[in-house]
Amino acid sequence: MTPWARAARAAALFALDPSLGLWLRAGHGPARDAFLDYLRSLFAPATPWRKAPLGVGDDRLLGGLDVAATLSAGRPVVQAGLLAEVDGGVLVLPMAERTAASAAGRIAAAIDRGIVALARDGFAKEWPTHFGVLALDEGMDDEALPAALADRLALVVDLGGLGARDVEPAEYLLEDVESARALAVEADGGAAATLTALAARCGIVSLRAPLFALRAARGLAALAGRAEVADPDLAQAAALTLAPRALTSPESSPPDAHPPPPEGEDEDAPPDPPQEIDPQDEIVLAAVLAALPQGLLERLGDLPSARKAGSAGKSGASRVTRRRGRPMEPRAGSLRDGRLALLATLRAAAPWQKLRGGTSLRITADDIRIRRFHEKRGTVAVFVVDASGSQAARRLGEVKGAVERLLADCYVRRDSVALVAFRGKGAEIVLPPTRSLARARRTLAGLPGGGGTPLASGLALGLELAERIQRKGETPLIVLLTDGRANIARDGLAERERAGAEAITAAKAVRVAGVKALAIDSAAPSRRGDVRELAQAMGALYVPLPFADSSAINRAVRAAAEA
Amino acid sequence: MSEPFPFTAIVGQDDMKLALILAAIDPSIGGVLAFGDRGAGKSTAVRALAALLPEIRVVVGCPYQCDPKAVAGLCEACGKGAKPKSETSAPRVVDLPLGATEDRVVGALDLERALASGERRFEPGLLARANRGFLYIDEVNLLEDHLVDLLLDVAASGVNVVEREGLSVRHPARLVLIGSGNPEEGELRPQLLDRFGLSVEVRTPSDIPTRIEVVKRRDRFDRDPAAFGAEFASEQRKLRKQISHARDALGAVETPDAAIERAAQLCVAVGADGLRGELTLIRAARALAAFEGGKSFGDAELKRLAPMTLSHRLRRNPLDDAGSGARVARAMEDVFA
Repeated sequence: MTPWARAARAAALFALDPSLGLWLRAGHGPARDAFLDYLRSLFAPATPWRKAPLGVGDDRLLGGLDVAATLSAGRPVVQAGLLAEVDGGVLVLPMAERTAASAAGRIAAAIDRGIVALARDGFAKEWPTHFGVLALDEGMDDEALPAALADRLALVVDLGGLGARDVEPAEYLLEDVESARALAVEADGGAAATLTALAARCGIVSLRAPLFALRAARGLAALAGRAEVADPDLAQAAALTLAPRALTSPESSPPDAHPPPPEGEDEDAPPDPPQEIDPQDEIVLAAVLAALPQGLLERLGDLPSARKAGSAGKSGASRVTRRRGRPMEPRAGSLRDGRLALLATLRAAAPWQKLRGGTSLRITADDIRIRRFHEKRGTVAVFVVDASGSQAARRLGEVKGAVERLLADCYVRRDSVALVAFRGKGAEIVLPPTRSLARARRTLAGLPGGGGTPLASGLALGLELAERIQRKGETPLIVLLTDGRANIARDGLAERERAGAEAITAAKAVRVAGVKALAIDSAAPSRRGDVRELAQAMGALYVPLPFADSSAINRAVRAAAEA
Repeated sequence: MSEPFPFTAIVGQDDMKLALILAAIDPSIGGVLAFGDRGAGKSTAVRALAALLPEIRVVVGCPYQCDPKAVAGLCEACGKGAKPKSETSAPRVVDLPLGATEDRVVGALDLERALASGERRFEPGLLARANRGFLYIDEVNLLEDHLVDLLLDVAASGVNVVEREGLSVRHPARLVLIGSGNPEEGELRPQLLDRFGLSVEVRTPSDIPTRIEVVKRRDRFDRDPAAFGAEFASEQRKLRKQISHARDALGAVETPDAAIERAAQLCVAVGADGLRGELTLIRAARALAAFEGGKSFGDAELKRLAPMTLSHRLRRNPLDDAGSGARVARAMEDVFA
């Protein structure tokens, strides 16, 4: 079966049962256009097809006050939102990978409950709704669909690498889908068992996945005109729903190399337990923990740009501010606490106009709505970790210890962490930004060591990640942990001199980008110098391991803060 | 949304089910927090709870479901009323919709009426609906801070005070808060954690036969909810009766001094702050005894309940990967040695 045929099969399944949800991973291009055209052709023309724009507000998504109608009627008039309008149709999420967690939560709630519950603007109303979600994921880097949504989308189609020439004639047409819908398909208990066991083997934790797979199998049987689920349906359903998830879910353990288990063989293979840190590492950890100064990150966070008045220690990785950040839903309040949200204020005043009388608009203090902003607080600490060399085992232990200590700081400050490791010929992001301490620990524990030192590649990748974080409105902080002995150039060749020069260049780029940095030197005292030079190039705070003199760090931080 | 999944058909998840049942037996335990995996059935369990709650007597037409026999904690109208008519009603499990605004949560001026007749009247909100029942907040970690604070405050005081749009209203809002969420979306503020009486960690079952049973039951339910519900009707009835009896028997359960001492020892051993832990542990143990038909309680009940009453009250140590559960287990070993 060609990739296109598989995608088309998924489209037909989605048309047959939209509640399965379709997660389309594809960039703009002829293949995606062709796929979407085909998908649309499988739905009756009258099917509601609504796009939820990125950053859609609650008043549009859930519904709320209809201002125009309210003003003309002189009493509050409610207006349904997208989630109610799309009943019986398809909700399209463009750039789904950037959907806010709050919007994803509202969509998920409507899917789960089959109703949109509105409790806003003085209205309490519920609309029944059943719709399918088509998520257009154009994610290039580590941006991912919000998990609440990803978990509820059964079918995953990846058109990556497909072009116009891959498009094939359609296998199913609207009539086929409609006749399949009329068919009631039975599946015996063995089908559920097989798919559930298979999902577990793929390391998929959520039980929605096998349920979806089972429904997909029924749908496939119906499309093939069968009244009973057969083995090929199971295999195909697994290919469309389980296989992509096993590869894409970052939470899952690596996909099993074993072939799918034959039916009935379901006695083993629970998902892998989280990796344990081995006792030897534990000892190194303890030693390094003792050596690290307390609250290192705390003080770094107070470097110039992150310094900001306001209530410290409030919840989450973000805080509410009056001026900057992502706008939050307007709320009632005094103008002292935020900026006037003009539209929301007018909306709040609209229903009262008749009561207040007069010919001009009358707005009272109760109407005032203010807009406040959600500012991502503090830092995402990007750890750029040297995992190279013969000493890797020891150094990696120290580094892990250092990261653990800083993680603890991050936890207290409720910041995120990310991990970039470099060794051998290149660098990779081993942990995208996360606030899950447990995940960071697990990744760290499983980090392999050895090979050359491609320092420049590591720094460049760290900076790339940092810039991505900046674009999201958060403040990155690069924490470089290395002994500075670069010996692999960016093209992967072992040329010490060039590698060193490139590392300095990469370090300068960090400074140019204005990303705050901290360089922790793990070299033996006699070999220090390389990292200090790097730190200077980066404009970073330099900290040798073990920390002999923490008051020096204090001074350095203060000096940096005043600069 | 028509037919909820039967509570008794939920496979496994014993801790979560027990926590909900105990909160139904003794609302003063103070709410349940269920955090954990996606698709593990958190919302399903909470929404299934409604079918199990014993009916209550309420004043006819009272928007707050006031208790006709109560003398205190009534709404303004019932407080004045002479001899109110009463009826039986099922306590509500009110869903707090995501994106709800403050006016709908606490209540606001009834605008329609104000416009039509010029009458200034209070239109009760979700807190009023949930009085003497449950208020369920899914994705509690996505809720805006000011609403979470407000809800916890009301849940703790049992009274909702509204001062807005020229209205000044106080009404009873004794409700059990149930929160659920997924830690990946962000952890709950530590200072909120211990405002919930019980806290359970919900994990998707990992053994394959259990997982298969979950999928099979859910699939059968999705295909024919009514038939599936009928299969579990007698079990549902039984459990409902058991909860109802437990509620009546609660007052008669003896609280031994030895158990109080044990609870105190446990709290000291795990380093749980404040007295709330002990109180909750005692109340939960009493409710468990009532549920199981016992006249008193002791180590067995305390052991069973210590994790869900104490694990969220520990001072967090981010470096202790063993997790709060293991720390409670360690403390139990010491105390019950």
